[in-house]
Amino acid sequence: MTIPLAQFLIVAAILFTLGVAGVILNRKNIIVVLMSVELILLSVNLNLVAFSAFLGDLTGQIFALFILTVAAAEAAIGLAILVAYYRNRGSIAVDDINMMKG
Amino acid sequence: MYAAIVFLPLLGFLVAGPFGWRIGARPSEIVTTSLSFVSAFLSWIVFIQVALGTAPATVSVIGTWFTSGALKVDWSLKIDTLTAVMLVVVGTVSSLVHLYSIGYMSDDPSRPRFFAYLSLFTFAMLMLVTADNLVQLFFGWEGVGLLSYLLIGFWYEKPSANAAAIKAFVVNRVGDFGFALGIFLVFTLTNSVGFDQIFVAAPGLAHKTIHVFGLDMDAMTITCLLLFMGAMGKSAQFLLHTWLPDAMEGPTPVSALIHAATMVTAGVFMVARLSPLFEQAPAALSFVTIIGATTAFFAATIALVQPDIKKVIAYSTCSQLGYMFVGLGVGGYPLGIFHLFTHAFFKALLFLSAGSVITAMHHEQDMRSMGGLWRRLPFTLAMMIVGSLALMGFPYTAGYYSKDAIIEAAYASDRMGAYYGYALTAAAAGLTAFYSWRVIFLTFFGTPRWELATRGHAAVGHEARGQEGHGLDPQESPLTMLIPLGALAVGALFAGAVFAHDFIGSGWEGFWKGALFLGADNHILEARENIPPFARHLPTLMMFFGSLAAVLLYLVAPSIPRRLAQIVRPLYELLLNKWYFDELYDVIFVRPAFWLGRLFWQGGDGAIIDRFGPDGVAAWVVDMTGRVVKLQSGYIYHYAFAMLVGLAAVITWYVAWGVR
Repeated sequence: MTIPLAQFLIVAAILFTLGVAGVILNRKNIIVVLMSVELILLSVNLNLVAFSAFLGDLTGQIFALFILTVAAAEAAIGLAILVAYYRNRGSIAVDDINMMKG
Repeated sequence: MYAAIVFLPLLGFLVAGPFGWRIGARPSEIVTTSLSFVSAFLSWIVFIQVALGTAPATVSVIGTWFTSGALKVDWSLKIDTLTAVMLVVVGTVSSLVHLYSIGYMSDDPSRPRFFAYLSLFTFAMLMLVTADNLVQLFFGWEGVGLLSYLLIGFWYEKPSANAAAIKAFVVNRVGDFGFALGIFLVFTLTNSVGFDQIFVAAPGLAHKTIHVFGLDMDAMTITCLLLFMGAMGKSAQFLLHTWLPDAMEGPTPVSALIHAATMVTAGVFMVARLSPLFEQAPAALSFVTIIGATTAFFAATIALVQPDIKKVIAYSTCSQLGYMFVGLGVGGYPLGIFHLFTHAFFKALLFLSAGSVITAMHHEQDMRSMGGLWRRLPFTLAMMIVGSLALMGFPYTAGYYSKDAIIEAAYASDRMGAYYGYALTAAAAGLTAFYSWRVIFLTFFGTPRWELATRGHAAVGHEARGQEGHGLDPQESPLTMLIPLGALAVGALFAGAVFAHDFIGSGWEGFWKGALFLGADNHILEARENIPPFARHLPTLMMFFGSLAAVLLYLVAPSIPRRLAQIVRPLYELLLNKWYFDELYDVIFVRPAFWLGRLFWQGGDGAIIDRFGPDGVAAWVVDMTGRVVKLQSGYIYHYAFAMLVGLAAVITWYVAWGVR
């Protein structure tokens, strides 16, 4: 059976919204923010792959692979920053990170 | 040589003023004093050459000051007999006061400043008397006013000195306002401010009228009245006199130089210098007579009861300036200048003697805590008596020639107001004798009240001057203070007898050589000689009566004055409070001025301009930033949310309206 394009897009949109909501509404843990960012990237990937299959063009899938690579690197750097931050501050709660307060 | 006379004091100022703190007090004193003595010596040479000799009157132009259209003003030195007389007065008194100040100010820490001011004052005064045009005259006029301000407020730690300095400056501004208007009017009428051009044009303006405020008025009368208004301010005449007694807050040498001998006589000099104008305005001259006579009498009455030794002499100065104006007002310009000349000697002598007493009393000026000083200060007493005799016109002293001549001229004159002038000046002659003797008796005779008074005073006075309180032991002053006294005493005794013939006697035309202008039908100097014996001897009689009264009241029966004051209490209070002029001006001018100032300050400036201007904008900015700051929470998710909302808004707008 073939799944129509619209359903892929709907799932991707739901994933994207969840990711954004996770970034905005999360008050506890900075790791959750990172995870939410990953989720947003995944939703974008899903869109790319879905369009690639729908249009019969491989470029989208290659692009998705690049994004996965970059996302892995980004996650590694993000987690490394997080570890360094925890060593400095002893906390990674989102509510404690407000040094930019005016 | 003329330039040297004027500019040597300026040189003294340039040395002692900017560099006084570096070269020290003693070199400053020596430089300024010796330069002013050189200037005085040269002044006497000029006097002998130009006034007594036959050297011609000259005008030497130093340079152009400014040119604006028809208005051309030069820096110039006009040397004629009138200027020569003033040069001698200014130079002599100034140099003697410099010398005297070395002794008088010997314990003052800022002597270089004092001597710099004295020299700069001398320069400004010399610029005034050598002016060849009204604008340079005004330059010197304001210069001496400024230095008067600085020297009255010389002890600037004293609030009273500051107040007196400001008062002197402000009251003089009133007079100078009229003076400036007068200069403008002269320029409008004659298209020039140079004396020569004005004097040539003056006769042609005699009956010209000008249209002011819808009225046609005599141009010369208005001009002369405005110019005289400046003289009233500078010479402390009735209504504008209030600053002079307060000016006694300054050091005593300053009082002698500025507020007795030179600056206050600038008004007399100015009227005499402009005699060709005043001669065309008989109404203005009558006004001069009336103001002068009123001042002469009214200041003398106040001097009767003042307890402060310097205040008495200050009111005496006021009164004598009134005499000078009476002399001018009846058309006898030489009489006014002659009295100026002799008055400079004996009034400076009186002030410096008073300064000697004040030094001996450790800066106590109240005569009620003096008395019996004759044993301690015999030389000062002798000088004081000489000065007082000359002031009251004791026969053959200087005042006898100059003052009595004015009274006689007032009798002889048939101008309007001359009889008023005669009555008041003759009465004031008696008062003058009384208050002069009163000063001497209270200060030098009677019981030594300072032995009792010293306790309470010494504690206050000495702490202020940084000395420890000790018993008062009046000693005669140092030699630098006594030499000027002696020199001035010579002038006070003999200046009248020696110079009367030239100044006001039959030799006056050869002496003045046209420096003073007397109209064709003005024969006041001759008429003065031919008055009845009674009128001639009345001033002398008045003087003897006044002296007799003083002897009775203060030597024979010292208890009478107090009882007398009790009996005529309202009159005594009136005189003690100086006819309530200060209080009157306070109500009429000072308080409304303060009220108006407060209205504009708090109402206009504070409540409107500041509130909606700088303060309002600043407060609004602070308020807005306070609100904006709250947006900067520092939480990443707030920023992310804001970005998202923004993005959503942009996309919505793009989707809904952007694509056509």
